Amino acid sequence: MIRFLFRRIAILLPTLLFVSIIIFGLQQLLPGDPAIAMAGEERDPQAIAEVRAKYNLDKPIWVQYGLWIGGILQGDFGESIRIQLPVSQLLLEKLPVTIELAILSMLVALVIGLPAGVISALHNGRWPDYVANIIGLWGLSTPNFWLGIMMILFFSVELGWLPASGYVSPTEDLWANLQAMIMPAFVLGTGIAAVFMRHTRSAMLQVLASDYIRTARAKGLYERVVIGKHAFRNAAVPVITLGALEFGQLLSGAVLTEQIFSIPGFGKLIVDAVFNRDYAVVQGVVLCTATAYILLNLLADIAYFLVNPRLRT
Amino acid sequence: MTAVESVMLPAAAPKPAAEESPARRAFRRLLRRKGAVVGLVVVLTFISFALLANVIAPYSPVEADWSALRGAPTPEHPFGGDELGRDVLSRVIHGAQASLFAGVVSVFLAMLIGIPVGLLSGYAGGLVDGFIMRFTDAMLAVPFLILAIAMAAFLGPSLTNAMIAIGIAAAPIFVRLTRAQVQAVKMEDYVEAARAVGNSPLRIAFRHILPNIWPALMVQATLTIASAIIAEASLSFLGLGQQPPEPSWGSMLNTAKDYMTDAPWMAVYPGISIFIVVLSFNLLGDGLRDALDPRHRE
Repeated sequence: MIRFLFRRIAILLPTLLFVSIIIFGLQQLLPGDPAIAMAGEERDPQAIAEVRAKYNLDKPIWVQYGLWIGGILQGDFGESIRIQLPVSQLLLEKLPVTIELAILSMLVALVIGLPAGVISALHNGRWPDYVANIIGLWGLSTPNFWLGIMMILFFSVELGWLPASGYVSPTEDLWANLQAMIMPAFVLGTGIAAVFMRHTRSAMLQVLASDYIRTARAKGLYERVVIGKHAFRNAAVPVITLGALEFGQLLSGAVLTEQIFSIPGFGKLIVDAVFNRDYAVVQGVVLCTATAYILLNLLADIAYFLVNPRLRT
Repeated sequence: MTAVESVMLPAAAPKPAAEESPARRAFRRLLRRKGAVVGLVVVLTFISFALLANVIAPYSPVEADWSALRGAPTPEHPFGGDELGRDVLSRVIHGAQASLFAGVVSVFLAMLIGIPVGLLSGYAGGLVDGFIMRFTDAMLAVPFLILAIAMAAFLGPSLTNAMIAIGIAAAPIFVRLTRAQVQAVKMEDYVEAARAVGNSPLRIAFRHILPNIWPALMVQATLTIASAIIAEASLSFLGLGQQPPEPSWGSMLNTAKDYMTDAPWMAVYPGISIFIVVLSFNLLGDGLRDALDPRHRE
């Protein structure tokens, strides 16, 4: 286990280093001189020089990177030029909202995706399989921002059942929070549910064809025991890794979903930052998201290692 | 993005003489799959719409008509009018140009970057491979759309920049896939033979390995076009892609969300168009995968 962990972390560290280089490199995509852009429209040479000195833009690029990453390692992500607050403070404020949305969406995805995959595999080639496959393709092909708009149109505008937008903290009013989050979580979760459905179906089909399932049935075990205890438990192993990988998709999708439903999370933060040319915030959000994704992958690998005895030999 | 593993195909064996070519056999198998045929027909239909937009669109996509201001669908304007009275049907038809063009161009760019790098990584191995793979892992660690948004933000909002951003963000998928395929075939006899007769590594990679791993790349390309179309629509929806007044399905939805109560049709038709095209590319990609690898036909 320790050796496995060391090996994984040895791969993870250079990946994190490259992530930081890519995110720092984004700044180099800015057309023209960033100091001129940041100094305002008057282009006062003194103001430009001050900006250059303040943001270390007068130093060589590798020194700029060293200073930037040194700051990040100490929790200094820079300052938002729009809100005049440390980026780390903004990230800490918005992160819980996006985490809540991601967890609720993951729950929706699991509740829909896993049973649909199992049912589809158990009825392979029959109508429940076709229905599940059609729903799966629908989930994969529907842009979640459009689904969000359509749901607002139906459930908020037509029926008036749910709020069209806004966010209430769960500590303030849990019921209002759930009412505000149910549509965004469904919108975000359906795409991932489709992926879960497809993978669960494929894993179940493979497991159901194996000898030990035939043996379990031959022993006279109830079908629900064969499916629940023997088949599903084994088929669920690859879904663990998939869950972590799909978390990245959730973070991507959250950008648009938060925008549509006006949820003040990471997604809204990055979009607002983009339009205000608040590059430190953009970099901070991207770095946090990527680091979370890498760490989740590590956790998934560890979980996979723990539940799969073959890897431990 | 669709998982790379989903299109891991075995390398096609070199063509035996006097037999049906693998491409023809794959096409025959593709035509046997109803879903894939429907997908192909719909994709071709939308491509025709995009190419003939100027001929078939009943009105100009940018010209305002005050009599159709947020007008409900009528026989003159079957999809209704938008907030400036522009014909939604004409804008949907012209929007197909931007969406399909962006999907195809960004995937072409992703392949242009990803395939040579993947060939190099898989064929060279060792330190070069390690370096490229860590960099690819780092790119893949940043969620696709977030990377595209960040790049589009730094490059500036425009359809061209959105395509560049999507292309770069999607390139690691092709690096990974190409590398895995190269590793699977590089010890095959025909590669050994090519090496033995003195072919250069570059020639072996492009002349002998690439044609044999091409089917897997084509399947991935088809599925990635679907993702790229959604990504372009997403960027345009956020205002980072196609700029007004030129239409794209994403930017039409962006405007439509402000008129949901007065003119819901503004949101319905561009969304349905994205859904149908993406679904068709997914059906086609699934069909291609099954046609090229019989193991997937469970």
